[in-house]
Amino acid sequence: MATKKAMLIDLTLCVGCNACQDACKIENKLPEGEEHELSSTAYTALNEYNGVYVRRMCQHCVDPTCASVCPVGAFTKTPEGPVLYDESKCIGCRYCMQACPFQVPRYQWTSTYPKVMKCKFCAERQAQGLQPACAEACPTGATTYGNRDELVREAYDRIKAEPEKYVNKVYGVEEVGGTSILYLSSVPFEQLGFKTNLQSTALPMLTWNVLSKIPNVVTVGGVMLYGIWWITNRRKEVEEYEKKQQELERRGNGNNH
Amino acid sequence: MQNILSRLSVWKVIAILILASGAVAAYVRVTQGLGASTNMNDSFPWGLWIGFDVLCGVGLAAGGFTVAAIVYIFNIKRFEPIVRPTILTAFMGYLLVIVGLMFDLGRPFQIWHAIIMWNPRSVMFEVAWCVMLYTTVLALEFSPVVLEKFKMKKTMHVIHKVSVPLIIIGVLLSTLHQSSLGSLFLIVPEKLHGLWYSPYLPVFFYVSAIAVGCAMVIFESFLSSRAFKKGLEMNLLTEIGRVSVVMLAIYTTMKIVDLLDRHALSLLFQPTPETYFYWLEISVGVLLPMVLLSIRKIREHQTGLFASATMMIIGFILNRMNVSITGMEGWAGKSYFPSWMELAITASIVTAGFITFYYAAKYLPIYNHEQHEPAKKELHPYVEDLLSVSQQAN
Repeated sequence: MATKKAMLIDLTLCVGCNACQDACKIENKLPEGEEHELSSTAYTALNEYNGVYVRRMCQHCVDPTCASVCPVGAFTKTPEGPVLYDESKCIGCRYCMQACPFQVPRYQWTSTYPKVMKCKFCAERQAQGLQPACAEACPTGATTYGNRDELVREAYDRIKAEPEKYVNKVYGVEEVGGTSILYLSSVPFEQLGFKTNLQSTALPMLTWNVLSKIPNVVTVGGVMLYGIWWITNRRKEVEEYEKKQQELERRGNGNNH
Repeated sequence: MQNILSRLSVWKVIAILILASGAVAAYVRVTQGLGASTNMNDSFPWGLWIGFDVLCGVGLAAGGFTVAAIVYIFNIKRFEPIVRPTILTAFMGYLLVIVGLMFDLGRPFQIWHAIIMWNPRSVMFEVAWCVMLYTTVLALEFSPVVLEKFKMKKTMHVIHKVSVPLIIIGVLLSTLHQSSLGSLFLIVPEKLHGLWYSPYLPVFFYVSAIAVGCAMVIFESFLSSRAFKKGLEMNLLTEIGRVSVVMLAIYTTMKIVDLLDRHALSLLFQPTPETYFYWLEISVGVLLPMVLLSIRKIREHQTGLFASATMMIIGFILNRMNVSITGMEGWAGKSYFPSWMELAITASIVTAGFITFYYAAKYLPIYNHEQHEPAKKELHPYVEDLLSVSQQAN
């Protein structure tokens, strides 16, 4: 099995230089220009919350909601970690955008043949043994790339080493069953625009619990409906038969007289 | 000139205005994309077209499978006169869904991808298949009307032969489809407001669809009785009204149990916009019509019945809009209101539905078809046998 890759973003080390976004835009051939929110032209974006810079990007969930909701399977989770979007399959229902717990996918609203835009975790670079463009560009080590297991351990080690500096939480270890992007912070995450009310199990189970009952509904329902029809129909037939029978009897009696 | 003017009634003028604005909006949608024509954005990827056209279109079509089940599965034949108009209404509902989707999808001409690119883990995949299959079933269920018109006896006979399995498949598909629209929102537990999010969303969607299916039968019967100056089957409609009281009562009970279950009763009394919309939906669409229709006098009175059915439909639409829009606003941190172009396209599709219904009912045997029932109905072979035996005995 392929080793799961991840990135650890230590917000305490980020100085807001925007090198990550610049590198990302060059790598993905997106139009230049600084942006502070994710958009159809920014796969990653830095936003400031009271002096703390927060870099947002696709979390590349372990069990991605987008991949589960897409009716045509346009999203795939690769064993190494990246969640990839195949625009040739997409029909544009935007259920991925509606369902993503991190509100990451963006849409080309101005296009007449739009596609969903989001970070690819530089899957092509990773396949060549390179690290993602943003991690390579980061001058302070705020973004580091590596194996997920090791980065999770590293994150907890940093908290243990400086417990007064960090809040005691690694964002991304548990959220919706775990993600490939992990965060460390000195400020509580909810103050930095992070969604902290997410459940710790993967969301796709919520719909799968219902979808997996479909075969039962169809077979039990089908048999039941047929049964009801058989009973009501039989009842009608018997009724008709009895009516005919009575009529015949009446006619028979009439003949005897 | 005078002649033309006198023939234009107010309703026709309104219909023409709606369709004209819809045409302009459709042109902008097709040539400039979703951003230029709608108020949807990255925080609000689903708007009126999903909330109304899809969620309500499917729901308002629910009369189709309910009445078909009553007449053909439960064999309660006295409801037969309302089968055809109800199936036609259901057909119009699905037309609203499909045409609405063609505007809403970013890449509408790839809609067929769902046929060959499967993702059984996706509720939307299930929805796509249900739309395709049930529209086909509805077309087959409706086909006898057209076949009768053109006197195609042989084909009619074939359809008649498979009618029971066809109806059963229709009921099953509807059950899956109605509930799956609720399942769509199971995946957003942290986004959808606690008044609406529930693990029982699919069940709520299903039960409320049956209730509003009944309301649609009543609503549609009243409108056609006015349009075609025909009588009303008041006794049947009153009974349908009674069925909807039962459905509303089941719905209310489940809603209360669900709120208790989730310890969410306090949400009912928080002074937030969501609470107001919730109460509006529940009081107009559920509580009021339930009380009104449980009173015999009102149920048997034309205006009372029609008003109650209309309230149920409004409440149903409110519910679907609340789940898909109001309930999502808090999380998105933004509010959404459809653009005039979104409204114009939706209104145009609804208007087209009314016009299609009108002409279908006018030229096809929807209301005044030959009662091809008892006269020379063939009996079950077993019954025939019994009859001949008893005749011989005599």
